[in-house]
Amino acid sequence: MIRPDAELLLDITDLHAAVEDQPILKGVNLQVRAGEVHAVMGRNGSGKSTLSKVLAGHPAYRVTGGSVRYRGDDLLELEPEQRARLGVFLGFQYPVEIPGVSNLEFLRVATNTRRVAQGQEELDTFEFEDHVRERLKVVQMDPAFLERSVNEGFSGGEKKRNEILQMALLEPVMAILDETDSGLDIDALRVVAAGVNQLAGDHNATVLITHYQRLLDEITPDFVHVMAAGRILRTGGRELAQELEQTGYDWVDQELAVQGVA
Amino acid sequence: MTGSTMAPLAPVQQRGRQALERLGLPNRGQEDWRLTNLKRLETLARLPLAKAPSDIPLPLAPDAGLRLVLDGVHDPLDGVSLPNGLSPLPTAELQQALGHTLDRCGCAEAWPVELNHASSQHVLALRVRGEAPPLELVMAGGAGLTSTRVLLLVEEKATLELLQVCLSEGASAQSHVLEVHLGQEAQLRHGLLAAADGEASFLAHLAVEQEPRSSYQLTSVVQGWSLGRIEPRVLQVDGQALTKLQGLAVTDGEQQLATHSSVRFDGPEGELDQMQKCLAAGRSHVIFNGAIQVPRQAQRTNAAQLSRNLLLSERARVDTKPELEIVADDVRCAHGATVSQLQEDELFYLRSRGISATDAAALLLRGACLDVINQLPGLADRWQPLNRVMQGLSR
Repeated sequence: MIRPDAELLLDITDLHAAVEDQPILKGVNLQVRAGEVHAVMGRNGSGKSTLSKVLAGHPAYRVTGGSVRYRGDDLLELEPEQRARLGVFLGFQYPVEIPGVSNLEFLRVATNTRRVAQGQEELDTFEFEDHVRERLKVVQMDPAFLERSVNEGFSGGEKKRNEILQMALLEPVMAILDETDSGLDIDALRVVAAGVNQLAGDHNATVLITHYQRLLDEITPDFVHVMAAGRILRTGGRELAQELEQTGYDWVDQELAVQGVA
Repeated sequence: MTGSTMAPLAPVQQRGRQALERLGLPNRGQEDWRLTNLKRLETLARLPLAKAPSDIPLPLAPDAGLRLVLDGVHDPLDGVSLPNGLSPLPTAELQQALGHTLDRCGCAEAWPVELNHASSQHVLALRVRGEAPPLELVMAGGAGLTSTRVLLLVEEKATLELLQVCLSEGASAQSHVLEVHLGQEAQLRHGLLAAADGEASFLAHLAVEQEPRSSYQLTSVVQGWSLGRIEPRVLQVDGQALTKLQGLAVTDGEQQLATHSSVRFDGPEGELDQMQKCLAAGRSHVIFNGAIQVPRQAQRTNAAQLSRNLLLSERARVDTKPELEIVADDVRCAHGATVSQLQEDELFYLRSRGISATDAAALLLRGACLDVINQLPGLADRWQPLNRVMQGLSR
């Protein structure tokens, strides 16, 4: 929902970033207000995933210019864990498997860290079990997955459900979901999308990074951005996603050529 | 006479002392000792015998099970009434059996065994029948060298859960030799928890003979020894038995810890499932040597060995070496070794959920250790093995 007077959560200005000295982001500008859902689309290699990793603070990505303000503060100064505690959440495209670390224990430690940052009481083991079982309903996940190691041996769909479960537990202010639709069949996609819709509200915002229109059939974006060559090339409403579905990304090359970037 | 006495040890001691004089200290020319910190071995060999038990506090003895304390000084069976299923070995039988398994396993003349024989003052020798209650052996010698010697004859179809705990502090050393004979269809679930403060040394030989259809499962968790050397030696005398070896070796500071395992199949259709995990921090050095022998008569052997090593600092060192000798042609033998560091992606994943870098690293390490620790016999819980291991790692 677009409300021009809503709080400005994320303010990205001329962001440049590199990985191993290879420039990837070349001047990204993006503003996200509370209550909004943004979709960032674009081809492979356009910089979408890099943008999400830079926002979450992945140490392999180096910011070389520009600024990111989160609720008025400099986000780039913060460690990844500090960002998470303040409500920035990255849903991973490829959630990491961690053998030997119990999923339940991991979820409890993460949830309590966020709760403490929000000035809430920590949940003990029993309280957390009740809490997590309640939240499992958001993603219709089998409780058996709590007993396993983090993401170990999970199918693609189960990993993505586990990501949204973490989102449901951490109650982020700014959720960035990186290709959450990849590897999902249509039923799993609907479950995951329903979860995201259920968690979206007036006080938080979501940035969906996606290749395809089909996720946007389930989650209606307020804004659609097309990334190319490390920048946002075009911004529009939900109709832009539909247009992309029909015309593809060929126009991107022409536009980049006109701008002398490609 | 009871199963724990000095008399049968006199000739063994004599032979051990003569052997030590003849052998001298191991040297780098010997393949098995090539990587060993020999200076520390020399210090260990010069320690006087411990005269008193250690004063490290122990948790309460188990409700369901028997605890015996081996301090090297006192007879561990003194004042103990053994429960059903456990009985002392008569002297004549003890004399006949002592050293037999070591001999069959090819390690009767190994230097650590001779050292143990030269310095042991007691031998705990037990027969195990039927469903014996869990047995906890606590090796707790004080300052100096403590030598402990155990012999277990586990009869046909008998089952036993055995936990050995060895704790040490300061300038002390523990020498331990265990011999086990597992009769047909016997089952032994064996845990070894050996932890120290970084100063003490530990030499252990665990020799096990398995008759057909017996099952032997060893889980060892070893941490914090200035010089540690654990040598599980298993012989399947006629194949057709199951052996499972799982080890966790954790080192930090300047510690050195070596695991030299050897499994031999002297008959067909034997099975081995082995996993050795090593975590090395600081400037420590961890060594794994895993020998598997599959001679011609050991057809249809199924053996798997995996060595997984985690280097927690740039100055830590790992040496890992599988040694497979396979003569039989119809066998399945798999082996593998990995050496890695904490994965940046795993750390970032945890940090992106609000968990601090330090906590994330600890969580990953706990995960790596729990894999093995969870396999210790239930008796081990009271000893808080995970806490001991995590405290031993400075990070």
